[in-house]
Amino acid sequence: MTATVTAAPRTADAWRQFAGEGWRERVDVRDFVQANYTPYEGDASFLAGPTDRTRAVWEKVSALFPEERSRGVLDVDPATPSTITSHAPGYIDRDRELIVGLQTDAPLKRAIMPNGGIRMVENSLKAYGYAPDAFVTKVFGTYRKTHNDGVFDAYTPAMRTARKVGIITGLPDAYGRGRIIGDYRRVALYGTDRLIEAKKAERAALDARPSTADVIRDREELAEQLKALRELTEMATAYGCDVSRPAATAHEAVQWLYLGYLAAVKEQNGAAMSLGRTSTFLDVYLQRDLDEGLIDERRAQELIDDFVIKLRIVRFLRTPEYDALFSGDPTWVTESIGGIGLDGRTLVTRSSFRFLQTLYNLGPAPEPNLTVLWSPRLPAGFKEFCAQVSIDTSAVQYESDDLMRPRTGDDTAIACCVSAMAVGRQMQFFGARVNLAKALLYAVNGGRDEMTGEQVTPEMPPLTGDHLDYEELAAAYDRVLEWLAQTYVDALNVIHYMHDKYAYERIEMALHDYPVHRFMACGIAGLSVAADSLSAVKYARVKVFRDATGLAVDFATEGEFPAYGNNDDRADSIAVGLVESFMAKVRRHPTYRDAEHTQSVLTITSNVVYGKHTGNTPDGRRAGQPFAPGANPMNGRDRHGVVASALSVAKLPYAAARDGISLTTTITPEGLGHAADERAGHLVGILDGYTAAGGFHMNVNVLDRATLEDAMEHPEKYPELTIRVSGYAVNFVRLTREQQLDVISRTFHGSL
Amino acid sequence: MSPVNPLSPVISGQVTGRIHSWDLSTGVDGPGTRFVLFVSGCPLRCLYCANPDTWHMRDGRTATVDEVMAEIEKYRAFLTTAGGGVTITGGEALLQPAFTGALLRRCKEAGLHTAIDTSGFLGARASDELLADTDLVLLDIKSFDIATYRRLTGGDLAPTLAFATRLNRLGVPMWIRYVLVPGWTDDLEAVDGLAQFVAGLRTVDRVDVLPFHKLGAAKYAALGIPFPLKDTPAPDPRLAERVRERFRARGTATY
Repeated sequence: MTATVTAAPRTADAWRQFAGEGWRERVDVRDFVQANYTPYEGDASFLAGPTDRTRAVWEKVSALFPEERSRGVLDVDPATPSTITSHAPGYIDRDRELIVGLQTDAPLKRAIMPNGGIRMVENSLKAYGYAPDAFVTKVFGTYRKTHNDGVFDAYTPAMRTARKVGIITGLPDAYGRGRIIGDYRRVALYGTDRLIEAKKAERAALDARPSTADVIRDREELAEQLKALRELTEMATAYGCDVSRPAATAHEAVQWLYLGYLAAVKEQNGAAMSLGRTSTFLDVYLQRDLDEGLIDERRAQELIDDFVIKLRIVRFLRTPEYDALFSGDPTWVTESIGGIGLDGRTLVTRSSFRFLQTLYNLGPAPEPNLTVLWSPRLPAGFKEFCAQVSIDTSAVQYESDDLMRPRTGDDTAIACCVSAMAVGRQMQFFGARVNLAKALLYAVNGGRDEMTGEQVTPEMPPLTGDHLDYEELAAAYDRVLEWLAQTYVDALNVIHYMHDKYAYERIEMALHDYPVHRFMACGIAGLSVAADSLSAVKYARVKVFRDATGLAVDFATEGEFPAYGNNDDRADSIAVGLVESFMAKVRRHPTYRDAEHTQSVLTITSNVVYGKHTGNTPDGRRAGQPFAPGANPMNGRDRHGVVASALSVAKLPYAAARDGISLTTTITPEGLGHAADERAGHLVGILDGYTAAGGFHMNVNVLDRATLEDAMEHPEKYPELTIRVSGYAVNFVRLTREQQLDVISRTFHGSL
Repeated sequence: MSPVNPLSPVISGQVTGRIHSWDLSTGVDGPGTRFVLFVSGCPLRCLYCANPDTWHMRDGRTATVDEVMAEIEKYRAFLTTAGGGVTITGGEALLQPAFTGALLRRCKEAGLHTAIDTSGFLGARASDELLADTDLVLLDIKSFDIATYRRLTGGDLAPTLAFATRLNRLGVPMWIRYVLVPGWTDDLEAVDGLAQFVAGLRTVDRVDVLPFHKLGAAKYAALGIPFPLKDTPAPDPRLAERVRERFRARGTATY
């Protein structure tokens, strides 16, 4: 971007025509947005298609995708540990790009980030045929300790065992924890000079405090944040952008914001590197330029399209084991769109539409992870457009603005899949999840693992009857869950202590207020398996089969039992009880840095791996079979269609799962009605009804099974086929075969 | 809203019917997302029937109006927000008019949009009160040719047409449903006759031309009865469009 290196306009010019006062006095983007945005209540008819320039840039970079797909990665720089300033500027097509900046010096070339763990880096390199760099190995093996090393120094034997057997899995102990959203908008609104000033003031306020361990850590972190802001300025300069000052145009605002985000993804290989809530913020700038006649709608759309191209090519180097858990190379560049303000005005703007329009202009794609904050009160034109985009692309997820707004406010953004946070004010310690189904089997077996026979929990009396007794099982389960919650929170404390120490998110935290509010985000998997198993024991008779060592290895169920997912309180209340009771248990254990306990009901694609490591369960699920994803009912057990299924999930209390409750639905086009032009309206009705019933999250896929089966056989025909899994979207053809089969085996809600 | 029937709701809650199942559907059984109750028993034996498991009342289970309403109640808020309602289908919704009527009454009292899906063959059994509680009739007119109608359904066409005329007179909105079966109902002359008849009914909001499908074949296999149209193909989409055009040409919204 060549136009930006000019004499720096004064801040007053950059802020010309902007209203409001508070945001000028203090760093407060929400206040700026509220004072300046233009709600849009109309329909999608104003939108512009892709320009030739946009097409050319997108075609150039997407031409690289087939090779990347076939080799796993296109290229890696194995010798340069990535920092904000480590790599020279890179371009897709320098003359055509409007928004510039790449993670390394070439598109899709991945960087190494050894602070999380050198072993992870080395294994990833080897997996893709690259030799680890001797110097890097020496530095991070000898001189510089990593997060991963720190964690394993402090893990207890119990934590290691719980991790090994897979009752607690996916822990961010070898990779970046992610799920922290820097408020990248601040870079555009204030420029880094002003942000540095504000950080210095926060730091100075600590000078008078006694130097306790907590205060020393805070001072050191703030010092790191200041360095990171200076590095951001330096990196931007290399791209010809002076981000030390506020953005003066829409073009600059998009560019500045993106450079802030780029600094984060150069520095951190976080499991989820979400963007925040940027569309309505950017709309203020786009609208001002439109009003001033500086740009037209085509240009406004072009800027967003070009920005989204960049977001689509964020890449991290990861191991094949990681890919088995979180398949399809996701980065969770989650952008939260829409919602309603505390004052009742909609936060939908024209740019909310523009972001969704990229799915047409550039074709469907899984990233950025477009997330609509839904409320039945959203403008009708926007709701209709969202639904149509879902029907056409299956690339959008919905989360209840009505549930989040009262708790995290109207400047909430989603990190990763379903984790709500007030942008720039709250962050979380990502905690992966525990396996509730396996825990139930531990209850039967006195804490021995049903696959290995190993005693995992402290010894507990196993259940010995020929048939399972509900009261006995419930009591034993409660004991196992007590142990699990304690071991789990304890392990998370170790992990996040070490992550802060060895792999601190300098630039992301520089774009947060000090002090920040922290969540300890626990999670549960296997909810529907556990709930149905308990229901089977309660309402039918479950006979136990034990091996020679007395280990219960199989079950036979006599009689019918209600299954979670049919809007039947008998089963649904069991699921509700599990969520509430595990949350209560987690809350009993102190957290690192006094983080507020939360939990999610979310698996991402790890439901497949969890299932693989869990034995036969009393609900009739066979050993090795995948769990349902997230809070979904088990496949095929929700027999009354998508609505009954969704209403069961809607009963799970958000208050006991503040980190989000994920539901993935797949509806055939016919399932939304015979008449194609009525389907969007029907989907709006379903989303409204689900949200009004207290539902939190819904992934909406509108697909035929036949399409997916064909895509498995002929992936080359479906490079863009996007499908929502649990909390994110993937290119279907990039899923492992096992996960493809899992997706296809799920319930498709059709019309007959 | 019509005045409350003095016999209800005290008695209606205990009225029983034979039901097959319930489900929720979107955009296929009336407007929006709907709670769809399948009642058991049907006097016709349409060759293309997709629900042979609903032919006999004896195959259903007995349920009271209160029981069904308790199930519907779980969805009331959803259906209202989503712009849907309740549809009673079958089987034949009017084979058990006391049960169907009581359910419709209770749904109206609950503020729900109501629909019945019927062949109209038993239209005479629907009282004016029942129809006053019905916001929409999905009227399946299987053929407009008397002989074809009889061969296709085993019944007569006349009661259906009489019912349509009566609904029109009473001002009850209708959606006409026409299943397009190659070799049976694709004769354009008969289609024209029906289109003309429908165009004369001012309470018809739309016509749905539904392409024949064989998704019910598995049910025949399970019941051990032959599926008479197992060799009949689904209609060509262009044919379906041509048939829809015949209705549209006479000013009827057709899908």
